[in-house]
Amino acid sequence: MNRREVMAAVAALAAASATNARAAAGARVVIIGAGYGGASVARTLRRVAPEVHVTLVEREANLVSCPRSNVVIAGLAQMDEITFGDAGLRKAGIAVVRDEAVEIDVPGRTVRLKSGRRLAYDRLVLSPGVDFVWNALEGYDAAAAEIMPHAWKAGPQTLLLRDKLRAMPDGGLVLIAAPADPYRCPPGPYERACLVADYLKREKPRSKILILDAKDTFSKQPLFQEAWTTLYPGMVEWIPAAKSGRVRAVKAGEGIVSTDFDDHKAAVANIIPPQRAGAVAFDAGLAEPTGFCKVDPVTFESAKAKAVHLVGDAIMPGDMPKSGFAANVQGKACAHALAALLRGAPPPEPMLINTCYSLASETWGFSIAGVYKPLDGALRLVKGSGGISPVDADPSVRGLEAQYERSWFDTLTSELWG
Amino acid sequence: MDLRRQAAAAGLAGALAAAGAVAAQPSGAVMAESCATCHGLDAKPRGAIPRLAGRPAAELAQALRDFRDGRRPGTIMGRIAKGYSDAEIDATAAAVAKGGKAK
Repeated sequence: MNRREVMAAVAALAAASATNARAAAGARVVIIGAGYGGASVARTLRRVAPEVHVTLVEREANLVSCPRSNVVIAGLAQMDEITFGDAGLRKAGIAVVRDEAVEIDVPGRTVRLKSGRRLAYDRLVLSPGVDFVWNALEGYDAAAAEIMPHAWKAGPQTLLLRDKLRAMPDGGLVLIAAPADPYRCPPGPYERACLVADYLKREKPRSKILILDAKDTFSKQPLFQEAWTTLYPGMVEWIPAAKSGRVRAVKAGEGIVSTDFDDHKAAVANIIPPQRAGAVAFDAGLAEPTGFCKVDPVTFESAKAKAVHLVGDAIMPGDMPKSGFAANVQGKACAHALAALLRGAPPPEPMLINTCYSLASETWGFSIAGVYKPLDGALRLVKGSGGISPVDADPSVRGLEAQYERSWFDTLTSELWG
Repeated sequence: MDLRRQAAAAGLAGALAAAGAVAAQPSGAVMAESCATCHGLDAKPRGAIPRLAGRPAAELAQALRDFRDGRRPGTIMGRIAKGYSDAEIDATAAAVAKGGKAK
């Protein structure tokens, strides 16, 4: 192709994309899951491709945010502050269907719902989040989670863990089991240790927290360790995998948590089990051996199913971590790609940010950030970008980042569900 | 949806990329979506993070360059801006200035 041919091709492409603005009229996009990923796809499609018909399937009447759910566990916020209805989504022109997707017919481009209803689509987006791999830790199943909560899907489990902490006598041992990578919200277990320590320091100061970890390093590690030493001296102990930190089994009824060489008896045990892509994606065979799904980094289309796209914690898109922020920006980029594809135009090249704030207390925040671009089929961290907040920063900097955490949450949740 | 037309467009994009005529320049509209996750799509204030929609593009681009090059102090913006070329900063700033209206 010479330069003149290229210019002609570009002109033809521009004309095609203009005339095809109407081509997407009546196109049907069905989205499964109204959390941070799915709601972002739906809202953005309404904004950038209002001619597209958007149906959003969600089994829950209310969405409960995992971000800030640790604040509720610590008793510093109430459930209603992290709970959102679907009225805002409906008002934005999105057809919200309260149901559950159970089976995808990829060649037929339909999805079957639990009610028996079938929805036809031109493009399907799955944002199912994660499901737990029960019994990956011996003895840890759904029943055990009622005794030793995971609290890794926000909702009743959040309150269960909060209430167990409230009922615990002063001087008790709180145990947090952190999983191996990859899993939802890499800094989450350590933020939880901080905020539970904040509660214990106020209410039960003789108590201790033990983190049993399946890893030897973790996200924002120097910042968390600095916060434990500074804010909660002597209260939080972290045991890495190399020192028999990896949990292998639990006896929920007896309060016993076992690693390779040690048994621990906890007053309150919070077990965060291994995870995989949410059932609708996993059961459709869309996951890799990792348990998570591979997607195209520009369109977020599944590597295994045509016209099926995935965003959020269910995917393994390269270097991006599993966070609410990542699910949101992936959802927005996916919506832009869908708008283009449905109009017969090439999808726009994305460049995405992830930012994740953690709180060590209400006035002590810090962050990790990264910038990501498609490279060789995955989203890769742009060299030189990103990293964590500085260690040894002035408390005023921690205060500012705590304010930014709140501001981020309020902005994003109001734009998604408000 | 016209699948034939879509395939033709996709094929064309592939041919253009193969010819090296179109570098994979990120879309300003998509880059701006990441900014909006904290700074909002509109100018309605929500807490400590400043709103950016409606600010002049040149002002936003200058701020991003200053964060990137260490001339402006901040908590997180330096770490983020370091990932962007001048062209990417200009395209992002232009789209952010337009707010949620950016297509």
